[in-house]
Amino acid sequence: MLCEECGKRPASVHITKVVNGEKTERHLCEECARELEDFSFSFQPNFTIHNLLAGLLDSAKESPIGVNISQKIQCPFCGMTFNQFSQYGRFGCSQCYGSFHGRIEPILRRIHGSHVHTGKVPRRTGGKIRLKKEIDKLKRQLEQAVKKEEFEKAAELRDKIRELENQIGRE
Amino acid sequence: MSLENFINESASKWMEGNGPESDIVISSRVRLARNLADVPFPHMMNKEQSEKVISEVYDAIQNNRVLAGDFELIRMKDLSKLERKALVEKHLISPALANNEYGAVLLSRDEGVSIMINEEDHLRIQSLFSGQQLEEAWDLCTKLDDVLEERLNYAFNEQIGYLTACPTNVGTGIRVSVMVHLPALVMTNQLNRIFSAIGHVGLTVRGLYGEGTQAIGNIYQISNQITLGQAEEEIIDNLNSVTRQIIEQERTARGLLLKEKKIKLQDKIGRAYGILSNAYILTSEEAMRLLSDVRLGIDLKLIDNINPRILTEMMVILRPAYLQKLAGKELSPAERDVRRAKIVRNRLSVKKTKDSGGVY
Repeated sequence: MLCEECGKRPASVHITKVVNGEKTERHLCEECARELEDFSFSFQPNFTIHNLLAGLLDSAKESPIGVNISQKIQCPFCGMTFNQFSQYGRFGCSQCYGSFHGRIEPILRRIHGSHVHTGKVPRRTGGKIRLKKEIDKLKRQLEQAVKKEEFEKAAELRDKIRELENQIGRE
Repeated sequence: MSLENFINESASKWMEGNGPESDIVISSRVRLARNLADVPFPHMMNKEQSEKVISEVYDAIQNNRVLAGDFELIRMKDLSKLERKALVEKHLISPALANNEYGAVLLSRDEGVSIMINEEDHLRIQSLFSGQQLEEAWDLCTKLDDVLEERLNYAFNEQIGYLTACPTNVGTGIRVSVMVHLPALVMTNQLNRIFSAIGHVGLTVRGLYGEGTQAIGNIYQISNQITLGQAEEEIIDNLNSVTRQIIEQERTARGLLLKEKKIKLQDKIGRAYGILSNAYILTSEEAMRLLSDVRLGIDLKLIDNINPRILTEMMVILRPAYLQKLAGKELSPAERDVRRAKIVRNRLSVKKTKDSGGVY
């Protein structure tokens, strides 16, 4: 008998496992058996983040009137259906986020506790968004400056905000 | 540096062991997930699309005069299984990338940065530093990200940020982690208490080799879980402050052990040293367990003639694929155990004063 893992060397290690009355048998060569227990990276545990996610989504997709609409929602760009996504736990392309709009936010809230990005914005692709976020930040600083009666600084900030707002207008 | 060196050269920059708090923090890592807007995610791509992504990313780096000479492109299909595994064991690429025939990596000369192409996402920009240097690692990653973004059209959404294949990475796409050596907290049975507290602040703890593995050699990896809703700096601050507290706790535990259980501790460390310097057969699990004890002995000044770098170095060198690369041939598990023991014996016989690292 050949090893199930590599299919090359003869199987010399035979493992029988009984879990909840279900019997599984494995026939491996010495090397592959060692690799498996040797915290090797080729070992893929069955319980992954994607399975976990699929479970999360499963409970969300049932419609109250018994019609499973989610099967019909499909991303026109990559062809992935919402149903496939919920089984797989991964999107097919970046457009899926738009295609499955409205169904994504609850998932994101469950995973991250939030659905609004507050971090880095790309310089080029996110030109306008970047400016808007910068203006928000300056406005908060302006408020602080006024509160602390630092009027010189406040005037400076006000000018900066005007400049950025003009810039958005021009684009 | 040639590809041969990437695999054969034993020490990466992150393994030098001279970063801040390096008695406890082995390394700091920042990883950014990025995708191109107009190509499906890697698990849905065909060969042509994979090639297109690789060449676009490569061009973006080549376009920058400073970076162009510093990075080398390595395609997975040009590497043997063993070579790929050796890169995984050096923490330069992920297992997922190693398993993708159409994947590639751009590696920097000092092995401090690797840009993985066609992993779960189109790009995974990773930087690895020795000791506790998360801010430095982030700084490097975000600058590289800016350079790449000049040429690449990233998938980005105003509301939910950077778009990723898996919704668990969306938003900032950032994963920050520290690798910490916590022998005293393990010995004093305090880890469970600390780890359950960590879970409450959006962080997670794993064993040395990532998802689904147990801790080996008392080395743990702590990383952020949440990528959306917090800014990168907040995520880094959060992990930094938790790491500082864990360092504090580990130091306290070490102090207590030294004060109250000194003989027992000396015995444990002495036995570990004795076995490592005399054994002719060592499994990696046993080697790492004993090396952890020896490293603790070095940190507590109970052993004084060994370079503390030994643990980090051996953590990579003693792994199966790496051992075989060094040997230049395939070795059976039994042969590896013999070879492993020989390397450790040699390493321990080199006194610190003439410690050059060139004994393999």
